[in-house]
Amino acid sequence: MGAVLLLLVVSAVTFAIFFLVPRLGGQTADQLATQYVGKDANPESVAAIKKNLGLDQPVYEQYWNFIKGLVAGADYRFGPDATHCSAPCFGYSFKSHIEVWPQLEQRIPVSFSLAVGAAVIWLVSGVTTGVISALRKGKPIDRISMFIALAGVSLPIFFTGQILLALFVYEIPIWDSIDYVPFTENPAEWAWHLMLPWISLAFLFSALYARLTRAGMLETMNEDYIRTARAKGLKETTVVTKHGLRSALTPIVTIFGMDFGTLVGTAVLTETVFSLQGIGAYSVQAIKDNDLPIVMGVTLVAAFFIVFCNLIVDLVYAAIDPRVRYS
Amino acid sequence: MSDDKTVSEPDTSGSTLTKDTTADGDVLLKVTGLQKHFPIRKGLLQRQTGAVRAVDGIDFEVRKGETLGVVGESGCGKSTMGRLITRLLEPTGGQVEFEGKDITHLGVGDLRPMRRDVQMIFQDPYSSLNPRHTIGTIVGAPFKLQGVEPEGGVKKEVQRLLSVVGLNPEHYNRYPHEFSGGQRQRIGIARALALSPKLVVADEPVSALDVSIQAQVVNLLDDLQQELGLTYVIIAHDLSVVRHVSDRIAVMYLGKIVELADRDKLYKSPMHPYSKALLSAVPIPDPKRRGVKSERILLKGDVPSPIAPPSGCRFHTRCWKATEICKTTEPPLVELRAGQRVACHHPENFEDQQPQDTKLLTSAKEAAAENGGAATVEK
Amino acid sequence: MSKLDKAALGEPDTTAPSVPDDVFLSVRDLRIHFDTDDGLVKSVDGVSFDVRKGKTLGIVGESGSGKSVTSLGVMGLHRSARAHVSGEVWLDGQELIAADPDEVRRLRGRKMAMIFQDPLSAMHPYYSVGHQIVEAYRVHHDVSKKVAKQRAIEMLDRVGIPEPAKRVDGYPHEFSGGMRQRAMIAMALVNNPELLIADEPTTALDVTVQAQILDLIHDLQKEFGSAVIMITHDLGVVAEMADDLLVMYGGRCVERGPAEDVFSEPRHPYTWGLLGSMPRLDREETDRLIPIKGAPPSLINLPSGCAFHPRCPYADIPKDNVTRTVRPELTEVGGSHWAACHMSQEQRERIWTEEIAPKL
Repeated sequence: MGAVLLLLVVSAVTFAIFFLVPRLGGQTADQLATQYVGKDANPESVAAIKKNLGLDQPVYEQYWNFIKGLVAGADYRFGPDATHCSAPCFGYSFKSHIEVWPQLEQRIPVSFSLAVGAAVIWLVSGVTTGVISALRKGKPIDRISMFIALAGVSLPIFFTGQILLALFVYEIPIWDSIDYVPFTENPAEWAWHLMLPWISLAFLFSALYARLTRAGMLETMNEDYIRTARAKGLKETTVVTKHGLRSALTPIVTIFGMDFGTLVGTAVLTETVFSLQGIGAYSVQAIKDNDLPIVMGVTLVAAFFIVFCNLIVDLVYAAIDPRVRYS
Repeated sequence: MSDDKTVSEPDTSGSTLTKDTTADGDVLLKVTGLQKHFPIRKGLLQRQTGAVRAVDGIDFEVRKGETLGVVGESGCGKSTMGRLITRLLEPTGGQVEFEGKDITHLGVGDLRPMRRDVQMIFQDPYSSLNPRHTIGTIVGAPFKLQGVEPEGGVKKEVQRLLSVVGLNPEHYNRYPHEFSGGQRQRIGIARALALSPKLVVADEPVSALDVSIQAQVVNLLDDLQQELGLTYVIIAHDLSVVRHVSDRIAVMYLGKIVELADRDKLYKSPMHPYSKALLSAVPIPDPKRRGVKSERILLKGDVPSPIAPPSGCRFHTRCWKATEICKTTEPPLVELRAGQRVACHHPENFEDQQPQDTKLLTSAKEAAAENGGAATVEK
Repeated sequence: MSKLDKAALGEPDTTAPSVPDDVFLSVRDLRIHFDTDDGLVKSVDGVSFDVRKGKTLGIVGESGSGKSVTSLGVMGLHRSARAHVSGEVWLDGQELIAADPDEVRRLRGRKMAMIFQDPLSAMHPYYSVGHQIVEAYRVHHDVSKKVAKQRAIEMLDRVGIPEPAKRVDGYPHEFSGGMRQRAMIAMALVNNPELLIADEPTTALDVTVQAQILDLIHDLQKEFGSAVIMITHDLGVVAEMADDLLVMYGGRCVERGPAEDVFSEPRHPYTWGLLGSMPRLDREETDRLIPIKGAPPSLINLPSGCAFHPRCPYADIPKDNVTRTVRPELTEVGGSHWAACHMSQEQRERIWTEEIAPKL
């Protein structure tokens, strides 16, 4: 319920920014239409496009039509042909004149695959490093891993990405190419070909998660209930994993949900460095082209992932912490 | 804190009405029907689904120069009461009069003059002092807030206050973390005294302190009262401390005052069964008394929820003397003996107020059986 | 480890009384020091005591006196590399300080168990009360979850929790303070430990609930015959529960003996101070309390000589400034009653009977 409301708000705000702001900046409906048909078009075709795209209507009506298109699809007329753009209809690209949604549909799995693989790697490595660091606080292993973590947080992805590419594709060609093989086609190939992007993305995030886990573990291992667990005679591994880590992971779940949701739509740098056709790279091109329907589409898809992931986080949270369940 | 103050009170009359009117002359604070309900809100729309009845209709007055002790267990509403009479909280119902002036619903601006006269000391000397301010700033803050320029300047006055509470005035520029718990509580007291208040409300002033330090602070409060003629309301859960500092004591249970009596009367012959149980539960530091177990009344179970308090007398669910009337009718707080007001149908150490109602509730029978002779000594 | 090393038991420590047969726990010259950034903190610095089967030892002291650190030391719970533990802890004939940590772990929760001050923070918020008791039982007993849960319900019932079969699935935050402490006790007793250490078990509770819990511990001790260490700052609680008493100050024992003797004829000025500091319901109302001046000492920079001397009103009575230079050792002042003070026995007897006792 709240999630749907939130998505509506996001769509309205995005709509307002991309459709209203150019107007406020002095751009007329004519100019927008011109952008669609090209500079050399005659006034009639500009007027026709304006009508077809509904650019002459008041803003709220345009928004209403946009939402209607999302839910039920829409019909557009271009000169003599009428086309049906089926739901969810994000309209047509201003630049390439093709429907936005099929393009997104193609690219979402790429971005999603990128995020999923990276997430698995960074969760496992980050949390493990964090726990070890916390338990060996002040020892060499803690210092070394925290130094690496600091490096990971500080090094930008285009740097680590390029290095990995240069090393393992050009110098020692372990990978002949980095591209996207759909999971459904061949899971092994899918994973193998995405390995480098995953690692470079995960490097950044595992550094962050290692630091978070370490801080969380240091805090929970000082809790009274840890002392109780030891007083019961539990083995230290049980104390650490069952009693300590479970509490320390709670805040991590929250942050992970947000990070993951955000990452699906925004792994722009990684996608660009490794030339992957994800929605992040797609949106960057669209912004450059001032291609509003695509920007709108990517924004909404990205927002959807964020909202969806947060919903999952809430459910997971309630499953972890009984105090949330009852209040 | 000295005995003679209460004794001087004319208590021959025996009637509540006359007593209240004669005593009115030196009443500093008068509370009638005071209530505070905290709403419980749920769901997206934050609809109110109930209320925590933290304080639910209490009456008392505090006379000039006396110390009123307020005891009760956690959740009885004593701290909320303290915040209501200092107007840190706004009451839901009832009236608070300070020096004859109704302050129940005054706004922030109108409260200012009263803030000078009423000060509060808090339990936790660690969290109630801002760690980034020097103690000079902390103790001097009330002057700034009230726009008062003491004679000889703020600094001089603050240093005087520090020495009054037994701190070294040269520590003016130190920070709270440089002090021990007891010293921090002294800082809190110095701050409360800055504007020469008439009434000081202390909420668990010593319960966070070590035993040896507790005694120092208790003695300090005592000395300050003698020297400055202060009036105290001291809220505490420790019955020995309360007895030591108070002239009169109010016993609270689930948002109500169940007994309000002169100190010695309460401790020698408590009338409300809850007061009696509470007193009997205090461990006595004398191993020879051990084994005299029958003296102790063990209450069963927990205090009921203040969201849905029991009907009639709120104590009836745990009382060993409860009868049908206790379940249906709430006993009023009446002065059964001079200087001892009790809200009970079947008081201890006094004649039964509802002698016709003799059939014990089942829960009461269980409680009485549990405690053997002790509870039923009074017949 | 199981063979009893008599020689070690009877070893030199002059302050320790000889070990009778009914002693279940014997602590000899226990020292627990911590490395901190500010320096070495000597939290416990040479403490010896015995706890007899079926009896209760009360340990009294203010914050920082080392009473909790001592108990955690007995349990073998100081594991950090910064903690230096030395001395001997004999539990039922087995020495624990030098023992294999895993050996000690197996004793924890089974032979010796502990209950803590604040049951809300001492229980894991994410696991049900039953789960936590089951866990405690199954570490030491190879039984199915079902059997263990039955045992948990039994224990909850024994400690007076109503509807135990239902409450066993409840979470700590759903219990009231008193009920939580009962559950904590159930958890500690689930393996029938022979030694129970209670660290301020009632400090966070209301006085009527405290009475219930003390009563419960008392009954359970009678039923199971366990030895109990009751750590508290409340002399009232100690008087109620303890057979023997240990008064700690600045990480050391200043007075030790049968509870009745320590209360009726205390022989250390700090004990006098504690007694004078507390208002008492069993006495006529006195005008003033007699506080101890000053504040408890810093454990990093303990005063020289007798650690209590800066707060002691009698520090100047012994000759030659000895209170400031020489640390007093425990000496026997009566049948198994020991105190560490430079004043002569006669001086202390006189001060107690003439100056202190009449004012209490």
